[in-house]
Amino acid sequence: MLLKPKIIWIDGVGCNGCSHSFLNLPYIERLLNKIDLVYHPILDSLEFKIEKSDILIVEGALRENFPKFETNLIKIIEELFILADKVIAVGSCASFGGMFGEGLIFNKEKIGRFYACKSKVINLPGCPIHPEWLAYLLEMIIHNREILLDEENRPKEIYSFTSHSGCVRNEYFDWKVDAETFGTKEGCLFYNQGCQAPFTHSSCNRILWNEVNSKPRAGIPCFGCTERNFPKENLFQTDTMMGIPTKIPLGVSKRAYLTLAGIAKSLKNERLEEKLFSYKNKK
Amino acid sequence: MKETKKELIMKTALILFAKKGFYVTTIADIAKEMGMSVGNMYNYFASKEALAKELLLYTSKKFGDEIRKINELNITSKEKIEKIIDLYFSMAVNEPELVDYFMRVYLSNKEIFKNGCEGMLCVSAFVTEIMIFFEDGVRKKELKNQDFFVAFGLFMGYIGGIVFLNNDGVLPKPLSEYVKDVSENIYNALKA
Repeated sequence: MLLKPKIIWIDGVGCNGCSHSFLNLPYIERLLNKIDLVYHPILDSLEFKIEKSDILIVEGALRENFPKFETNLIKIIEELFILADKVIAVGSCASFGGMFGEGLIFNKEKIGRFYACKSKVINLPGCPIHPEWLAYLLEMIIHNREILLDEENRPKEIYSFTSHSGCVRNEYFDWKVDAETFGTKEGCLFYNQGCQAPFTHSSCNRILWNEVNSKPRAGIPCFGCTERNFPKENLFQTDTMMGIPTKIPLGVSKRAYLTLAGIAKSLKNERLEEKLFSYKNKK
Repeated sequence: MKETKKELIMKTALILFAKKGFYVTTIADIAKEMGMSVGNMYNYFASKEALAKELLLYTSKKFGDEIRKINELNITSKEKIEKIIDLYFSMAVNEPELVDYFMRVYLSNKEIFKNGCEGMLCVSAFVTEIMIFFEDGVRKKELKNQDFFVAFGLFMGYIGGIVFLNNDGVLPKPLSEYVKDVSENIYNALKA
């Protein structure tokens, strides 16, 4: 077990949303007692200086010539990066560039400037990150546990699932009953509302937000914020080609998916086709 | 052995259904053509409706398998359109029972198929390949992105209509001579 790892949390170009999200961790005090957070842009901490750390947390994107601490952002992160044992890219901006610029080891399409040191980096994409994801990762590091990563350096324990897993609308997805308008409690958001959950790696519907909810549960489509191409345009609209979604659920061929979808749509689930409260069991 | 016999029954029934229609053709007619007893026929198919459904699945799969081969070719959407139409017209000439069954039995007697073949259930092998063809064409920016059924109706309705005219002996030229012009028209209607 690593005794109180020394952590520097540096912010790049971003909105500090991941910091704010992290502050919602219900047991944040307990976690903060296990770490030595020497610098954080929002929390009370020591004055910033370049120094060695056990864990460097980078929040926000990189951008050339972006002023920071009377020098520039990339120079500061390069110096901190070299001195750190491990680096966590927190949020979609630090992981893949996201809304604002470049990621550490990956960009939307190309590799990032720290790619050569990718073995040192763990990506925690999300806009923002779920506080539990970071807490889990820090606990794993503190306890010297092996962290299995996927091909985009995301912890498999969190990102091998899709946002679709655990969604309360899955019954509608299975029977291809779509929510035709925004804001309905019933219906699947995949075909018309832009939901990207079936091909987005995350645990949003398994580890709920604020312990109660997720976007699709509340009627908002999954925006695919843990993926490299985030954000796409028209987040509330499903991209289709001749009426067929351009992206289909992971792990299945288009031919197999279209066959299955056609069968489910043809068979019809009468109960789900109408409002649940108005359905009368005919048997 | 039973499977081969079953296939033979299906081929015979397909020809009879396509030629005489579903209601006029009886199980006894099929049995007679096969040289089998009517009782034995029911060892293979529980009813005439069950046989009709299997035939629909069979014809759909046969069309689907052939279109899949075209889908997997590394050619343009325009070339694929011509190949699909050539395939459909060739089948209409060489295996007319397949196309006739689709048009004369399935499309004209939907009530036979209402239990077990609802919607796209028994024709999904074929429809799925058309979906893949359309989607691929849009992805390659060769076809216009539009509603699937608008494009599907234009495609299938048109070529089905031409085959219908051919079967009625109205067309002055052999069906194969219409492949190029029909393909051109469909491509012009669907292109990006």
